[in-house]
Amino acid sequence: MNNPSRSVTILLALGVIALAVFPRFGESFYVDLVVRMMILGIFAMSLDLLIGFTGLISFGHAAFFGLSGYLLAISTPETGPVSIWLALPLCLLGSALAALVIGWFSVRTSGIYFIMITLAFAQMLFYFFNDNTALGGSDGLFIYFKPGVSVGGVTLLNLDNVNTLYYVVLASLIGAYALLRVILRSPFGRVIQGIRANEARTRALGFATFRYKLVSFVIAGTLAGFAGFLQGVHGGIMSPAYLGWHESGTVLMMVILGGIGTLYGAVLGAFAMVFLQDWFQELTEHWLLLMGGFVIAVVLFLPNGIAGLPHQIGALFTRRTARPPPERHGE
Amino acid sequence: MSDAILVTDDLSKSFGALAAVSNVSLCFGRGLVHAIIGPNGAGKTTLINMLSGDLAPSGGKIRFKDRDITGLPPDRVSQAGVGRSYQKTNIFPRLTCFENCWLAAQSREHTSMRFFRPAHKLFAVRQRSERALAACGLEQRAASVAATMSYGEQRQLEIGMMLATEPELLLLDEPLAGMGSDESLQVIELLRRLAQEHTLILIEHDMDAVFSIADRITVMVNGEVLETGPVEQIRTSTAVREAYLGEEDDAP
Repeated sequence: MNNPSRSVTILLALGVIALAVFPRFGESFYVDLVVRMMILGIFAMSLDLLIGFTGLISFGHAAFFGLSGYLLAISTPETGPVSIWLALPLCLLGSALAALVIGWFSVRTSGIYFIMITLAFAQMLFYFFNDNTALGGSDGLFIYFKPGVSVGGVTLLNLDNVNTLYYVVLASLIGAYALLRVILRSPFGRVIQGIRANEARTRALGFATFRYKLVSFVIAGTLAGFAGFLQGVHGGIMSPAYLGWHESGTVLMMVILGGIGTLYGAVLGAFAMVFLQDWFQELTEHWLLLMGGFVIAVVLFLPNGIAGLPHQIGALFTRRTARPPPERHGE
Repeated sequence: MSDAILVTDDLSKSFGALAAVSNVSLCFGRGLVHAIIGPNGAGKTTLINMLSGDLAPSGGKIRFKDRDITGLPPDRVSQAGVGRSYQKTNIFPRLTCFENCWLAAQSREHTSMRFFRPAHKLFAVRQRSERALAACGLEQRAASVAATMSYGEQRQLEIGMMLATEPELLLLDEPLAGMGSDESLQVIELLRRLAQEHTLILIEHDMDAVFSIADRITVMVNGEVLETGPVEQIRTSTAVREAYLGEEDDAP
């Protein structure tokens, strides 16, 4: 059920190796850029669990990303770092709880109503932080110190070091991918994929589909919260923009461009969006125009997203070779 | 009739001003094949939809094994032991035959809220799916993707999925719809086998099939029960003949 083929697995392994050696060759600016790509990759994968595997198209997924970032910002004092053993559980629990509440109301609906209700909840959170001067209003909050990772006074990791942070985020990306793969192969994973394909039938078979959709929503929200935590650590600032509809739309676009329902497609989408955004911005101030052109091109010519590209090329090739030689009568 | 598995009491369903089913009180005996026949629009499928929980009744009661199941959602009705197959094929087209039955069989586990163990290691589920595949005659097609199979095979799979949930009572909504005569014979044979161990409630338009496998027949017209009785009684009933059989078939 939806496991990647052997050739895809090999390509993914090569990608991981490339990422692992990248800091040895890349300039620190690009190392920083790849950290951002990987964080957004985790965020996009969490949304793909909903869109690609549960059939829930959320347009408010940034709520959990931003909320978790704010929790990190609030728990970090201005005088020194907060312990990761306090901040991380707080961020994960906070986003899980928010997902439970928002999901409780929204997963009863489907289709366009689900899109609207998730958007509405995310906008409520957006305005809560945007209008709250104690939390920095529209400027947001600085996170002056990255969380300390130490056990018994011994510092294990120094997240201020960009290379250390890079490998922590890379390990998180791989871990999140593996976790989602395990979940998708589990009994629970089978049920949500049944819901995506045919919810009414899944229900008629005896599954209380509401509960399974809700749990999937909470898992996705918590993972988005984890990505938001990393974003806070990496960016050093958290502002309302991180939980606005623009951010929700961006991550939705990453999943669609990368290829829905593959997990690694979401990561590819995140990498492509960040890379192109950076590149186009260098070329012209009208970079959004180029971005729009790219999105249109992918949607028109790559129906299965970037992840479907190798397969599409493969199909083209086999069709070429399989086609009989052209007839040349009457020339 | 003392051993009834399912009883409906004044069961009604209206959509706005339209009374699709009105005051249906029926008693379905354990172990019997009870067919429901009637012209199109008689309310047969609406009745089945209420029995399976797909539709909430507007009035009346449904009791399954002396337990009130009126208005329960479909998943709870299924868990109570009522299986259902649909008139329009309702399967997971991108999954294989085996995976379709697997999902159905997994629903009988205590819970599917298990996140870390691979599903394919659930031995009991594997056994149930294999049994269901064998029972519906699709053992050879286990690895075929459902969408690529013939219409008749998809109808068989529909029944197989229902069997994988190990129900006591089967609700079958036109299992022969759209089938060729060879395929029909196979499915009739399958229904006969199922009838040995299950109670069947069957909606069907193929009168030969109905008269050959049913123990009891209920005739519905305009949302109401016209007559219920053993096969012979229905075959010879003048009221039924006038209302329904006579229109289609002069010599039943």
